[in-house]
Amino acid sequence: MKITALVAALLALVVAACGGASDEVGGGSESNAAAASGGGSSKLSLVAYAVPKVGFDKVIPAFNATPEGKGVTFSQSYGASGDQSRKVESGLETDVVNFSVEPDITRLVESGQVEETWNQNEYKGVPFGSVVTIVTRKGNPENIKTWDDLLKPGIEVVTPNPFSSGSAKWNLLAPYAEKSGGGQNPEAGLAYLEKLIGEHVKVQPKSGREATETFLQGTGDVLLSYENEALFAERNGEDVEHTNPPVTFRIDNPVAVLKDSKNKEKAQAFVDFLYTKEGQTAWAEAGFRPVDPDVAQQFASDFPPPEKLWTIDDLGGWGKVNDELFEPETGSVAKIYDEATG
Amino acid sequence: MSTRIALRTAALGYLGVLVLVPLAMILYRTFEDGLVAFFQSVTTPAAISAISLSLTIVAIVVPLNVVFGLVTALALARGNFPGKGILQAVVDLPFAVSPVIVGVALILFWGNDGWLGGALPVIFSLPGMVLATVFVTLPFVVREVEPVLREIGTEQEEAASTLGASRWQTFWRITLPAIKVGVFYGVVLTVARSLGEFGALTVVAGGVAGESQTLTLLVHARYIDDHNTFGAYAASTVLMGLALVTLVLMALLERRREA
Amino acid sequence: MASLAVPKPPARTRRNLGGGVGPIGLGVASLWLSLIVLLPLAAVFTKSLEAGPAEFWDAITAPSARYALLLTTAISALVALINVVTGTLIAWVLVRDEFRGKSLVNAIIDLPFALPTIVASIVLLSLYGPRSPVGIHLYATKPAVIVALAFVTLPFVVRSVQPVLMEVDREAEQAAASLGASGWTTFRSIILPALYPALLGGAGLAFARAIGEFGSVVLIGGGIPRDTEVASQYIAKQIETDRPASAAAVSVTLLAISFVVLFAIRWFTKRKGVA
Repeated sequence: MKITALVAALLALVVAACGGASDEVGGGSESNAAAASGGGSSKLSLVAYAVPKVGFDKVIPAFNATPEGKGVTFSQSYGASGDQSRKVESGLETDVVNFSVEPDITRLVESGQVEETWNQNEYKGVPFGSVVTIVTRKGNPENIKTWDDLLKPGIEVVTPNPFSSGSAKWNLLAPYAEKSGGGQNPEAGLAYLEKLIGEHVKVQPKSGREATETFLQGTGDVLLSYENEALFAERNGEDVEHTNPPVTFRIDNPVAVLKDSKNKEKAQAFVDFLYTKEGQTAWAEAGFRPVDPDVAQQFASDFPPPEKLWTIDDLGGWGKVNDELFEPETGSVAKIYDEATG
Repeated sequence: MSTRIALRTAALGYLGVLVLVPLAMILYRTFEDGLVAFFQSVTTPAAISAISLSLTIVAIVVPLNVVFGLVTALALARGNFPGKGILQAVVDLPFAVSPVIVGVALILFWGNDGWLGGALPVIFSLPGMVLATVFVTLPFVVREVEPVLREIGTEQEEAASTLGASRWQTFWRITLPAIKVGVFYGVVLTVARSLGEFGALTVVAGGVAGESQTLTLLVHARYIDDHNTFGAYAASTVLMGLALVTLVLMALLERRREA
Repeated sequence: MASLAVPKPPARTRRNLGGGVGPIGLGVASLWLSLIVLLPLAAVFTKSLEAGPAEFWDAITAPSARYALLLTTAISALVALINVVTGTLIAWVLVRDEFRGKSLVNAIIDLPFALPTIVASIVLLSLYGPRSPVGIHLYATKPAVIVALAFVTLPFVVRSVQPVLMEVDREAEQAAASLGASGWTTFRSIILPALYPALLGGAGLAFARAIGEFGSVVLIGGGIPRDTEVASQYIAKQIETDRPASAAAVSVTLLAISFVVLFAIRWFTKRKGVA
């Protein structure tokens, strides 16, 4: 008897929920997860790293406004880049992936899920990026502007766990590149990281977004993050501000289509769209640095160039960097991390 | 007298600080912008999809637990076989296992590098979520039904069977009506636990909004990934409403069981 | 009914094997339990020992792992203790006191059972987080973990003590009181001994629940290694960073702690019960 009441109650809830569905779709940021309203049109699944949602929330409607993108709906998942990549490798079905760092796509190339040619375009498979930035409490009370400032006594730095987060890798590469002179003097770079990780990093959030959340909840003096993430927090009215250090690192966030995507054409069309003027503009508006030179020019005032911007190629590319620095148990940064936080 | 008042104040104070005030707080946060905002927040496509996925899981898990739970309870209450003690212990095992460990176990057993070598697409899809939920809810029906079975004994059943009733008839006409309340109680607990499962699902669910995101995962994703605190409160309130329904049902069944 | 003197049918011995469900039913039940519970857990055990006992030891004695395990055990024990005190108190008030709204209070006790743990986390964070309207900031501190665990374990001791308290011999109490024993003496010498097994049982359940808890801690605990990260968070982190062997080793250890405590309590209550 009673169980029928429960079922009835649950049903009532669903019916109530469905009743309101058509009125308002825009309220929630996951508005495009419209599995429910799919109908005959195509649906793409996107598995991405933790923070680009604010970008896709602009890009997807722009894509839907194009002839190819008309009626395409998206289901999206965001999380720690490494963790998301591992999930796709172990069977999470998807059409498009967007990770923070290239090795997370390389993992899927090695498992045969992504074509080896995925990065053979003008922009090497990277439709947008950012730079590593320093986020502080409003007014920058500790006056932190450079990588050296992070090592001031008593400063607590929030940066995610590099074994799951791509953001964490970028955050560590930025001072490493400066201190090692672009990898010329690895010892100096590692000595800096040893000090930073050993004495100033206490928390290990799993993703860039969880790091932001940890910082906003009041932990730490400094948050290392993507510039776009800092803009996102500021635009949300949080009491934080960011300073791009004079020497920092260019972040490239790659996108690829899965080989066994059930909707490969649409998926490819979507990825192609990311590189168009409209797509690039949408990214720029959301706080990500566009790769198209013209659009970049147009938003130049929003994204001031730092004095010196290192890139992953300066350090010899991701293959080398990942093997030497981040490979679990053997990479030098991995060892420092295990030593400090094991 | 005054001791009594002091004790009462202490007890109610503890409950207030720990349970009531936080709950009131979240209700306030949910509804401070009015009913409409709440309603919109819990009717986005992703929210609807999460609600229906949670209910789908419940709809699969409950029958599985009822059928296999009844079989197990009957075996435990009526059977006399070697290894019964072990079977008893295994039934209680899920109570003592952390949900996260449940997730780890499923990955190591069903996953790509697991015992079954990923032969079946379980992890990061619906079957994995169902398996995780069945694991954590497995004891409920058994533990609610088994004592009732012991209490009612076998005399009526044996009488029925001497009078020529088939085993099946005996079960439907004699056994089931007697244990009905126990089964319902087990089902209510199963439903509540299924809707609330989180730890195991974070490990084995894909968490794709609109596809493999349950209500609890939606709460977490909204809070962290979407930075949408209000949305998380709103979804929490839905879950809280379902929990209240459960409580009411539990209270009603308790009354009936005592009667 | 009993006089119906059931003739022993030939099927009787077979029936007894699996009770009302026969050997097939018994087989089905065993297979089901194995597939759902035992085999996956066995996979955790084999994985944890795959690389040998030395690796297992290294995995659970890595500083953060060891800290997480010790912290989890200590905090769970503390929370069990808190529950013994507050649980007895609440049960006492619910049984012996009369006031308006008592049945409502009684119903609230079960709320933490019914409430999803992630909701518990958000609920507590909204009040005791940095946006706290009462100015209490517990986020990412050990007290936050304790509050979260106290929340989810609230019902155990209350619900195990309550029925016993109802049956405690009131006459003995009144006799003691009339002989001049103070309320506290009466409680200690008459009521507490009767409550002993129930208290232990409830505390054991609370401990077992606390030691594996994840959802309620995940948002408010902060998960700071070697500070507030509990074992289940550590295990999840190992999985997220692709270290399944380490996750398995810590899982096995956590399970072992939980079993040792539960068995110790069962043994203890049994002995007490006999005495």
